[in-house]
Amino acid sequence: MAKTYQIAVVGDWESVMGFRALGLSTYPVTSVDEAKKTIHDLAKADCAVIYLTEQLAKDMPDVLERYKDDLRPAIILIPGREGSLGIGRDNIQRAIERAVGADIL
Amino acid sequence: MANITVNPTRMELTRLKGKLRTAQRGHKLLKDKRDELMKQFLDTVREVRALRAEVEEELMTVHKSFTVASALMSSEAMEQALLYPKQSVELTMTMKNIMSVNVPIYDFQTKTKSDADIYPYGFAATSGELDTAVDALGKVFQKMLKLAQIEKSAQLMAEEIEKTRRRVNALEYVMIPNTQEAIRYITMKLDENDRATTTRLMKVKDMLLKEAIEEQRARDEAAMSRFTAQET
Repeated sequence: MAKTYQIAVVGDWESVMGFRALGLSTYPVTSVDEAKKTIHDLAKADCAVIYLTEQLAKDMPDVLERYKDDLRPAIILIPGREGSLGIGRDNIQRAIERAVGADIL
Repeated sequence: MANITVNPTRMELTRLKGKLRTAQRGHKLLKDKRDELMKQFLDTVREVRALRAEVEEELMTVHKSFTVASALMSSEAMEQALLYPKQSVELTMTMKNIMSVNVPIYDFQTKTKSDADIYPYGFAATSGELDTAVDALGKVFQKMLKLAQIEKSAQLMAEEIEKTRRRVNALEYVMIPNTQEAIRYITMKLDENDRATTTRLMKVKDMLLKEAIEEQRARDEAAMSRFTAQET
């Protein structure tokens, strides 16, 4: 289990550039299609966590759905530069609904 | 009876009884599993919500710092400053088993040891704001990784709970009642057969008895007539 994985950050250049200084792999993308392709490629490669900006995530729910039940990669939404859209919070809500069958919190 | 055809035989009955027992035991176990998973899941979800709110807020601050920094510097200089990272992060992933759900545990190592040494640029050409931003981001990152871990766990657990819930319901509302119905049907059919056999036997015995009585009567009559013939 001593295998090492990458942590990737996908988003527009302004949102991801800071993460580069921390030594994460950043993938600045400009379009949704590009982001989709990047994520699929990353999932195939050694990537355990992908941080994705919400601005991109809102246009690609299919990709999120695809990797939701897989152990790897974990796609975690982060607010981009333009602020939070609340998608990340909605996703938690949806997970609750899925598990419980009703919104209880 | 939900249109299942069963052979009303004793063997089938034994088989079905065994099946019912297994189903009931499975149902109980799965229900326990569901309850425990649900408990863990709700704990995790509460944690996720709190942490997510925190991370989002802090990230927004970081973004603001970066915006200020990029306003103070030319975008080329900014790009140049951040182009080649000094720090690199390696992530190791181990599994933890929570009620048969494999959830990841992330652990990361940084290449440079000290936190102060992460700036990949010289201080001369960059603004102080950038240092603050990078520094703050480094702090948020720890939380982000924790968030990734528990959010993924929550997602995986949600899936498992959904599956378990379906199984529990299928057993409780379909499998177990159907089997019970089939068992009742077979018992009733077998009992009915038993009764039919008993009555048939009684009937046969009755008929045999009647025949014997007739015979006896005929013999008596014959003997009687012989006796009266002798008298005269």
